[in-house]
Amino acid sequence: MPERKIESVLVANRGEIARRIIRTLRRMGIRAIAVYSEADAALPYVREADEAVPIGPAPPARSYLDVGAVVGAARRAGAAAVHPGYGFLAENAGFAAAVIEAGLTWVGPPPEAIELMGDKINARNLMERAGVPVAAGSREPVDDVAAAVAEAERIGYPVMIKAAAGGGGIGMSAAANEAELRAGFETARSRAERFFGSASILLERCIERARHVEVQILGLNDSRVLTLGERDCSVQRRHQKVAEETPSPGVTPELRARMLAAAARAGEAVGYRGAGTVECLVDAASQEFVFLEMNTRIQVEHPVTELVTGIDLVEQQVLIAAGGEVSFGPESVHPEGHAVELRVYAEDPVRFLPSPGLITEWAEPSGPGIRVDAGYTAGNEVTPFYDPLLAKLCVHGASRGEALRRARAAVDGFRIRGPKTNLPFHAELLDSDEFASGRYDTSVVGRLRP
Amino acid sequence: MTEVRAEMVANVWQVVASEGESVADGDTLVILESMKMEIPVLAEGPGTVTKLAVAEGDVVQEGDLIAVIE
Repeated sequence: MPERKIESVLVANRGEIARRIIRTLRRMGIRAIAVYSEADAALPYVREADEAVPIGPAPPARSYLDVGAVVGAARRAGAAAVHPGYGFLAENAGFAAAVIEAGLTWVGPPPEAIELMGDKINARNLMERAGVPVAAGSREPVDDVAAAVAEAERIGYPVMIKAAAGGGGIGMSAAANEAELRAGFETARSRAERFFGSASILLERCIERARHVEVQILGLNDSRVLTLGERDCSVQRRHQKVAEETPSPGVTPELRARMLAAAARAGEAVGYRGAGTVECLVDAASQEFVFLEMNTRIQVEHPVTELVTGIDLVEQQVLIAAGGEVSFGPESVHPEGHAVELRVYAEDPVRFLPSPGLITEWAEPSGPGIRVDAGYTAGNEVTPFYDPLLAKLCVHGASRGEALRRARAAVDGFRIRGPKTNLPFHAELLDSDEFASGRYDTSVVGRLRP
Repeated sequence: MTEVRAEMVANVWQVVASEGESVADGDTLVILESMKMEIPVLAEGPGTVTKLAVAEGDVVQEGDLIAVIE
């Protein structure tokens, strides 16, 4: 691919990730174009962009998920490229194709790679053929309850019921036996249909006491796939991540070497370009891992990787999309220290129920090793239309102990009034023996909130 | 008579119960959606649904009436 200069990028997203992408674009001397719904006009990312284009009313289907509105905005603003961020249209192969068809540069992997990885059943089958370990599970969609019961007998309980087109933990549930499977199957189908536009379901053997560990990959224009270490995302509520760290305290150097090699093979198998993430489950007891899914976009928790490597991942995405080389020597990556990310959600810290509302006070912590990626500030309204992520509190330290001590002080230093936030939960998490020990798994939140 | 009110700003995704219906303690009346999360609104005791104040697609504010159970 010939290298070209990208003069301007439209960021097809909102909140903290739009703001974070805009920051890098401006540092690179690239004109940053934001889009916003009627609900988001007052958010910081809109005023920090060089130009901002309104794209419709608050409901996502009529703004951030509207392919025509977003591509139209890119045309009107004279954007040369589109960066999708995460969520919304980021893993929509049709959107990527529409961007390319409009003559714009797509800051992401080839639409074919998105398509291949977007269906979890396809992805599992493809990974298995590429020699990446997968859990026992469906090789084709499970269409009805009877088929699900038969499939679960073959796989063995407990099983996870998942939407084949899904992501973000939505529409996912565990079944320990046939009765739970029968109860959960139709709910899973209706949610899959509603959230992902496809009722296709797969079953997968559930690994208990697992850690959720993912590998950052970067596909280069010369076809090489680099790995930039792992992130441990085992702290989850409702199958959604709450805190992440790198390196994972549950991964030995020997396991890390195997996981990174498998992640590179996964990327090579789909001709991957740009930043992507290979998510795995790790059985801490046996030190075995299985492929879970591949996210074909920048990940929410990418800052922890940036903090330990010193590499700006959004910059690499833009450089690769432009047909060029990455900004660092691939052989010279040496992660240093330890980093943790705490997701600050607008939700009550006990039951984790949404808490929209007007932000009356907002004061971010600062200090050595502290980075805050925030989507909001004082005076902004947190609306019920989008996910509850207000900010990501990211902390770097020379050791895990130092990173966690700094994080604990930063939690106390973060003041948000108006919506309830989960900051008190983060304080509890950091104070807990289980998290402090590093020997935790994806059930840790359930144990803190029995 | 019990008035069931919204705990937060949310969109009404599904209206499960209907007016005149008998419900038991813990039955789902309405499912709200806020910040990409489904929030079932449950009957807090047995009774008859005498009023349903919301329809699918409505936006409710904190404290808005959702249903009346007698």
